[in-house]
Amino acid sequence: MVELLRFREDEPVADPAVTVDAFLDQPDARAVRIEPGDDVSVLLPHLAHVQLVEVNFPVFGDGRGYSAARTLREAGYAGELRAVGDVLLDQLSNMRRCGFDAFEPERAMDPQAVQAALDRWPHDYQPAADGHVPIWKLRHG
Amino acid sequence: MYRYDHYDQAMVDSRVEEFRDQTRRRLEGKLSEDQFKPLRLQNGLYLQLHAYMLRVAIPYGTLSGAQMHALADIAGKYDRGYGHFTTRQNIQYNWIKLEEAPDLLADLARVEMHAIQTSGNCIRNTTSDHFAGAAADEVVDPRPYAELIRQWSTFHPEFMYLPRKFKIAVIASQTDRAAMKLHDIGIRMVRNDAGEIGAAFYVGGGMGRTPMIAPCIREFVPVDQLITYSEACLRVYNRYGRRDNKYKARIKILVHELGREEYTRQVEEEFAHLLTQGIEPPLAELERIATFFADPPFETGLADDVDRSDPGFALWLDRNTLPHKQPGYAIAVISLKPVGGIPGDASVEQMHLMADLATRYSFDECRVTHAQNIVLPHVRKADLFAIWQQLEAAGLGAANLDTVEDIIACPGLDYCSLANARSIPVAQKISRRFADTGKTAELGELKLKISGCINACGHHHAGHIGILGVDRKGTENYQLLLGGSEGDDTSLGKITGPGFDEDGIVDAVERATDVYLARRREGERFLDTYRRVGIDAFKEAIYG
Amino acid sequence: MKILTGNDLKSGAVTWWTGYDWSIHVEDAVDVGDEADAIAAREEGARRVNAPYAIDAERDANGGVRPAHIKDRIRALGPTVRPDLTLKPADPEAGNWVI
Repeated sequence: MVELLRFREDEPVADPAVTVDAFLDQPDARAVRIEPGDDVSVLLPHLAHVQLVEVNFPVFGDGRGYSAARTLREAGYAGELRAVGDVLLDQLSNMRRCGFDAFEPERAMDPQAVQAALDRWPHDYQPAADGHVPIWKLRHG
Repeated sequence: MYRYDHYDQAMVDSRVEEFRDQTRRRLEGKLSEDQFKPLRLQNGLYLQLHAYMLRVAIPYGTLSGAQMHALADIAGKYDRGYGHFTTRQNIQYNWIKLEEAPDLLADLARVEMHAIQTSGNCIRNTTSDHFAGAAADEVVDPRPYAELIRQWSTFHPEFMYLPRKFKIAVIASQTDRAAMKLHDIGIRMVRNDAGEIGAAFYVGGGMGRTPMIAPCIREFVPVDQLITYSEACLRVYNRYGRRDNKYKARIKILVHELGREEYTRQVEEEFAHLLTQGIEPPLAELERIATFFADPPFETGLADDVDRSDPGFALWLDRNTLPHKQPGYAIAVISLKPVGGIPGDASVEQMHLMADLATRYSFDECRVTHAQNIVLPHVRKADLFAIWQQLEAAGLGAANLDTVEDIIACPGLDYCSLANARSIPVAQKISRRFADTGKTAELGELKLKISGCINACGHHHAGHIGILGVDRKGTENYQLLLGGSEGDDTSLGKITGPGFDEDGIVDAVERATDVYLARRREGERFLDTYRRVGIDAFKEAIYG
Repeated sequence: MKILTGNDLKSGAVTWWTGYDWSIHVEDAVDVGDEADAIAAREEGARRVNAPYAIDAERDANGGVRPAHIKDRIRALGPTVRPDLTLKPADPEAGNWVI
């Protein structure tokens, strides 16, 4: 069973993630944590030196973190994007699509089940933040 | 109609396997009900009063004969011999076993169907004009755009956990047959002065607890930016839609609280950004889809004459068929509203018959309407009599389209765990009352809609006459609304006053229609007279 | 009396707690007193029931159990508009019990 799933080659940053408010006071922080109600756009001017963004999912049914993740990736953020909290097996695939490349679920997951969940979909209907080629592009080249 | 290619089929097949795995984990105790519930809902599976209920998506209401046959087979194999066609152009089965649901979904996938996103806080099945491709007044066929939206919204990774459910309707004619302005997003395909096709976006409509008519937030979105604009609308909603109160979580509340201008400003800002992201399918994809919706090979030179010597047939002809864009053809509507029957229900045998009729007489196609009837969209006028005879023999020959007998009713407290009162018995009593008194024909067009709770699946806000079932200290009580409309002149009904018991509401409806008969002017429908004379005359007659 | 009801996890059928098992017949329901939450948690945990909840009911002179709310009486019998699909298809008066 694994408690931190990472799909990155680099070493995890050791700094504790600070809240968005704290981050704006100390914009040299390398790790920041987003809550569902936070406006992620305030981070965009400071992304160059950020190495870890944690997106908290206090309950899995609150989907704001998916938009936060895509907004960060669309702004060019290339550091670690980690989903933390109530992160469940059946949400991993969509989270990967939205740009998350690390997961710190409250309950540890079986790596085999994780792999099966991530291998579930043969294709994708839409482009997202994972670089997958959408079906319409496969159809038309 | 649209056919899957190997990509579409692979996605639906994968979904079946995913749900099979999820169901197994639930039955083994690896998923709690709280964790499983959104997963089963995203596959259309509810827990209702008597059993699990499965809602199958019928994209923009279109079915082939083989698909209708498959729906009938499923009703026999997994359910208790019938299905219920819904106000969102879908079909529901009322007696499904969880352990059999994955096999049912596999049977659906074999005929290019699914139950994906027919529930849950995600983008639901896209609805459209049930006369698309047959109506004379359309600017363009809306279905290719609806299919494009279906593919974009299916498994959209960002929008599976929205604040609340999200319903999109697409039309392409001036006459609105899909209640477009009562959707989270209503899209009307239009042609601009330069002759180009684009989309007018109406956002933030809906019925339910707080009914609202959607304002237009943009008159013209170029057709090659349709998906990008939709994504911008959704992203703003996903970020800022209320999540603190389930009853205020629909996009209509966000648009209302922000104001149309501010919501639009945020959408436009997000849209400008998303245009840089390359998320729009190319026009070639729209063209590929559109080829599936080309006109069927209509015969030319057909006569428009129909032998009306059978009076029963003549009645049905006048009431249940509509003009077709092609000479010699008609649109035929099969009423699922027999007098005293259950609105929208069809038996296995009836579904098989409708499938056969679609295949033999309507280029293998039928449609489900949001009024819970079935359309044979392209029928030769010369075949209408034969069709009517077969419908009559199967109990499907009711000649009552758009009349007071053609009642929309949700399943209500007979089936639904959300309901406060039963809807179906009220519909049955009203249709019997008007059939018995013989007033149905005289009343002409009269849209009567019944919901068993405030969620308004029976569209009571949009009925010329609407009925809302409420729970008054443990007994069923019914409120009467007048003056709603879902058409081009969308309006929301007003409550007349104190509610009634089951028999009382039937009397009240009859008294309202008596006011109309007494006060109407030449050519006026019930709704027209109501709008002219106002609610007071009706209140006086109803409460006296 | 307080009785406990839910749906069978696998089939979805409406069930009533009999004191030692679940029955599809409301007449079999027993008074659970203030034990409802404990029984519900245990039975749900064992996956013998889905979404259990306690309701008020009365036992009548004939030994029948009548849930206080119409919703649960409809659950107990079946849809009033399809007597053929209820638990008492041969009894034309069964629907009156609901109302």
